Amino acid sequence: MSDIAFPLRSWITAFLGIARRETLRFVNQRGRFLAALVRPLVWLFIFAAGFRAVLGLSITEPYQTYVLYEVYVTPGLCAMIQLFNGMQSSLSMVYDRETGAMRTLLVSPFPRWFLLGSKLVAGVVVSVIQVYTFLAIAWFWDVSPPALGYLTVLPALILSGLMLGAMGLFLSSAIRQLENFAGVMNFVIFPMFFASSALYPLWRMRESSTLLHDICAVNPFTHAVELIRFGLYMQVNWLSLAVVLGCLAGFFGAAVFMYDPAKGLWARRKGVA
Amino acid sequence: MDKEEAVTAALEIDRVSHNFGRVQALKEVSLTVPRGGFTALLGVNGAGKTTLFSLITRLYDNSSGSIRVAGYDLRRQPAQALARLGVVFQSRAMDADLTVRQNLAYHASLHGISRRDSAARIEEVLAQVGLSGKSGDRVAALSGGQQRRAEIARALIHSPDILLLDEATVGLDVKSRSEVLDLTRRLIAEKGVSALWATHIMDEIQPTDDLVILHQGQVLRQGRASEITEGQGLTQAFLDLTGVAI
Repeated sequence: MSDIAFPLRSWITAFLGIARRETLRFVNQRGRFLAALVRPLVWLFIFAAGFRAVLGLSITEPYQTYVLYEVYVTPGLCAMIQLFNGMQSSLSMVYDRETGAMRTLLVSPFPRWFLLGSKLVAGVVVSVIQVYTFLAIAWFWDVSPPALGYLTVLPALILSGLMLGAMGLFLSSAIRQLENFAGVMNFVIFPMFFASSALYPLWRMRESSTLLHDICAVNPFTHAVELIRFGLYMQVNWLSLAVVLGCLAGFFGAAVFMYDPAKGLWARRKGVA
Repeated sequence: MDKEEAVTAALEIDRVSHNFGRVQALKEVSLTVPRGGFTALLGVNGAGKTTLFSLITRLYDNSSGSIRVAGYDLRRQPAQALARLGVVFQSRAMDADLTVRQNLAYHASLHGISRRDSAARIEEVLAQVGLSGKSGDRVAALSGGQQRRAEIARALIHSPDILLLDEATVGLDVKSRSEVLDLTRRLIAEKGVSALWATHIMDEIQPTDDLVILHQGQVLRQGRASEITEGQGLTQAFLDLTGVAI
């Protein structure tokens, strides 16, 4: 595809326009913001408090000492916010496609990878704001990582947000109707969240089932959680970084392929556009 | 003379076919929309009008044939071609929760038009479609006819060469239908844009219009409406050609 010779400022204008629309939609849907916050807070305040006495945690990297269960579970809840945000974006893509609003985006002269990438980045900005709001509330609940950790976790949040958002983008290309979204919740989101290190350390998993441990270890969501966990304590989990980057490239590449007018399911299905 | 001046047709479709799986939706479709002209694309529901529009707007890629917009090949130069298209889709394509201005600014940004430049342009196109006082209104608060006019304003925001309107009057009352159609014809006369107007409503076609009859994915006739009807009514001519009454 030959791209029109748009000057750089036009690309920036297009990106900002997409980001502004996503922000406006987000602002118009305050309930979405509250729901995104309430979900992890319920887990933190109720679930974590309940399991605090049951789940004993030995010293696990990156922690230097024993930590409360609330502290352990917080990075997983940050990733949970991003997972649900990615799925919310995916849902809105399917909704836009059903209502026809998606066409406005796709008939733009800018290439599709750029349009989809701009939507993805705009969604990540929203999810990062949600995560920092959650972390600010969690601080009052004695979840207080080092002050610098709030800064060093930012790249991890951006990367994990991009990966989970790209996964949502890919899923949106494969989902034909909003009604099918319940299936995604049951078969993708919940298994991804529960079969990960978000709620329990991997060594705990191995104690109960080696197979379950292995599933958790290859789950990309586990690596998003670990990237955030290490980032909060000013460290880098290189394996998780590599997995997150690889999955980001894979999911985004697959999404661009699927939305390509000449390739993927998009090209063969009537009524998807 | 630059390329655009040398091109006489706003849109040239040459032997375009498209399949959805094993179903052939369009068969060797060829048609031309002249610059500054109003071309009506007439066909019953399911004739292939929306599929053809989806190909012209590159929502799908055509499996064979070629589409040229203002001389630019849609496959080889998609960005140049899409930059010259303004589209009003059959279904609502504006965000109902945003204001008219926000929707238009969003669309302008998708064509690389900055906020500063788009601000004046938004007022201009809203004036053209008779919605000057409505820029701050949420789209959901507009009537059906106003929403359609807002969609036309959106399609005009980047000064396209050709407007594609897919069943633009569907769901509108008689007065609103007439307003939208008159507006389109006025834009052609005053602004020199071209229009491809897909419809299944005979009343929207005038004898002097260019007419393309699409049926079961094939173009049956193209020419001046008065020549196709040959003195008989359009309804009868359509029935004779297709065996189907609209």
